[in-house]
Amino acid sequence: MENSSTGSLATTGLAPEAGPAQLTSQLRVALIGNPNTGKSTLFNALTGMRQRVGNYSGVTVERVEGRYRRSNGTAVSVLDLPGTYSLSATSPDEEIALTVLLGLAPDLPAPDVVVLVVDASNLERNLFVVSQILELGLPVVIALNQVDTAAAAGIRVDSVELAMQLQVQVVETVATKGQGIDVLKRAIERASALPLPERSFELPAPLFRAVQPVEAVLVQAGFHPSTAAMEALRLLAIAPEGHLAGIPGLEGEAERARTALEEAGYNARAVEAEVRYGWIAEVVEATVHRFGSAGSSRTDRIDAVLLHRVFGPLIFLLLMAIVFQSIFTWAEPLMTAVEGLVGGVGNLAGSALPEGDLRSLVVDGVIAGVGSVVIFLPQIVILFLFIGFLEATGYMARAAFIMDRFMRGVGLHGRSFIPMLSGYACAVPGIMATRTIENPKDRLATIMVVPLMSCSARIPVYTLLIGTFIPPIAVAGIFNLQGLTLLAMYFLGTAAALVVAGIFKKTLLKGPSQPMIMELPPYRLPNLRSLLLTVSHRAGLFLRRAGTIIFALTIVLWALATYPKTEVVADVTDGAAQEQQLAGSILGRAGQAVEPIVRPLGYDWKIGVSIISSFAAREVFVATMGTIYGVGSDADETSVALREQLLAETDAAGTPVYTPLIAVSLMVFYVFAMMCVSTNAVVVRETGGGWKGVKWAAFQFLWMFVLAYSAAFVVYRGGLLLGFAA
Amino acid sequence: MSRTLVSIQPGESARVASVGGEAGAARRLMDLGLIRGTPIRVVRVAPLGDPIEVSVRGFMLSLRRAEAEHVVVD
Ligand SMILES: Nc1nc2c(ncn2[C@@H]2O[C@H](COP(=O)(O)OP(=O)(O)O)[C@@H](O)[C@H]2O)c(=O)[nH]1
Repeated sequence: MENSSTGSLATTGLAPEAGPAQLTSQLRVALIGNPNTGKSTLFNALTGMRQRVGNYSGVTVERVEGRYRRSNGTAVSVLDLPGTYSLSATSPDEEIALTVLLGLAPDLPAPDVVVLVVDASNLERNLFVVSQILELGLPVVIALNQVDTAAAAGIRVDSVELAMQLQVQVVETVATKGQGIDVLKRAIERASALPLPERSFELPAPLFRAVQPVEAVLVQAGFHPSTAAMEALRLLAIAPEGHLAGIPGLEGEAERARTALEEAGYNARAVEAEVRYGWIAEVVEATVHRFGSAGSSRTDRIDAVLLHRVFGPLIFLLLMAIVFQSIFTWAEPLMTAVEGLVGGVGNLAGSALPEGDLRSLVVDGVIAGVGSVVIFLPQIVILFLFIGFLEATGYMARAAFIMDRFMRGVGLHGRSFIPMLSGYACAVPGIMATRTIENPKDRLATIMVVPLMSCSARIPVYTLLIGTFIPPIAVAGIFNLQGLTLLAMYFLGTAAALVVAGIFKKTLLKGPSQPMIMELPPYRLPNLRSLLLTVSHRAGLFLRRAGTIIFALTIVLWALATYPKTEVVADVTDGAAQEQQLAGSILGRAGQAVEPIVRPLGYDWKIGVSIISSFAAREVFVATMGTIYGVGSDADETSVALREQLLAETDAAGTPVYTPLIAVSLMVFYVFAMMCVSTNAVVVRETGGGWKGVKWAAFQFLWMFVLAYSAAFVVYRGGLLLGFAA
Repeated sequence: MSRTLVSIQPGESARVASVGGEAGAARRLMDLGLIRGTPIRVVRVAPLGDPIEVSVRGFMLSLRRAEAEHVVVD
């Protein structure tokens, strides 16, 4: 556990022709600080676009790494730790930050230098985590960021005095303008050569005596004495969990220390915060100078409107309406363009390849399959843009503030609202947006139910079935039955999402009620470059994840629908040939085999086939129906030929196969069923990745399927009982 | 008779006396600087009546009434 500062002594005498720089292994730097201090911006300024994003093993905390080159050509790796207010480890983010700094993370050595990013306009609160980190026995540099914002608010921080007080280097930066970055890099180079920082305040005598034995246990367990002092103070308020669990005698000593403190008149749980903030008050007194009047800030004035009792919710609803309106109207031309592009590529490949299976594989399998994912990219990107914008301006926290009471009704946090709302367009960005939910159980519950919100891939299915089977009759004078049916489907999904989330929070994801302690950060104009960087990174992630899986799955589905070959009787139309071919394929036979399963829902094998083929993506249902009914696979949801076919379809006895009741039951099935491989892929990643993620995704698929099947069954059977047969 | 944060009207200020309640939440509030003697101002209540927004040590924080009930003020 000892922090082994890589001595250059070890290199002397070795390979005399190599300079010391080539011998020292790569320098590892970790960035840490409060949320919203400009840490990510500083990270980008240090490393440029060269960054890699992954997860810490086993948890869904984002791990961002990058590097820059020193003048001598060697690399410095930079790790952007999650934003934290303290090292108290009350959230997964804080736990990760602490374990990495202590060098206890599974695949990460302790950093050589820690850069503490501090917001100059809010020095007081920022110094809390600083005071903890100074005790870890690691070389530290302070990046005093946002000195411009501070100046605008009438605050000047004396960085020289701050350096004296903390006994570490302090560099003033404006990350957004790249100011101070070179100085910061030089300070990073020097940091390891300077004396290690340590606690710069004295504990009151009773406290000092009380924590001594706890520190001794920790030193015995291998902790650096300085780190042990930090951990001992922290332990007065919390139980030894995480990396401290299982150290023999630790909890016993901690408990004795707490009792001793209480007897001496201290509040053991509060004492760490009190001594640290006591010291912080002195530092702030010596270093922070205020000039000008502290009138009401811009943020105050904006919030007076945006969080107003009446206007607040109205503006919020209006904003959401605008977001959705623009998702659908802006995405429309882009989606048409993508469709055209995919069609064009398909035609090109079709004419380049000889007639036969290869052509069919490439055109109908790969290109059509990948196209079915890419078609949603415009919507997804636009939604990412909006979410990124809301996050960057600071409005996201306000949305959570407004909606928290509502979401609490089902045991969730206000932050779950926007992800669920995003689900109306597409579950993928919704699920990715759950990252802002701090509590893992709330996050999981939200991820589980986001796909119940009717996304835009269900619209073709609804449109085909409603347009064909629901008569456009007026209801109560002003409403139309078709419109009402569509609305009912959206309502059903939403209600189910809320109810199921509530059930999960009371059963599987039960836990102590989580605090909703959330900073409302100052409003800011978003930085366009970092917004675009975030959006492209998220979109790329989606394409890679979903793209590869869809690619594989469409090939499989294509093969199932193509083999074995059926001898098609000559002189039939293309459509009829496709129909016969599909009926004879493995997929067609599978549909016939599963007919007993779907029969109770009122479906025949043709619907069975269409359902199976839409496991990858819901909207494929329409194309398969087109193929099965011989109107060609390019049929869309408004195809008149397909609608006429469906209405005319009768079984052997001459009764119609499709009734409005079956159509409704089928729609209800699609409301609940998880038929989207892209979402599955994203769920795997966002629930922890690997085997753990696969289990969550499989669980989600299963319960949604069971729900879909049962609901469709109830609708169909119930409808029959109520006499809606024909 | 001790007052808690929930009894403070929007626009009014007080000083924190102690923070209790569930350990994790209390810990988080104390890390953010809500300790004995800290001045705190209730800024507003959310449109649906919960949570509340407070101003403390120069920044804005939102917390639910259930948590505010454990912040004793004087
Ligand atoms: N004026 C100003 N804004 C900054 C500075 N550094 C970051 N920001 C802005 O502060 C906001 C939060 O920055 P970000 O890097 O996302 O913060 P993080 O949460 O600490 O990673 C963004 O809107 C940045 O553009 C700075 O030095 N000056």
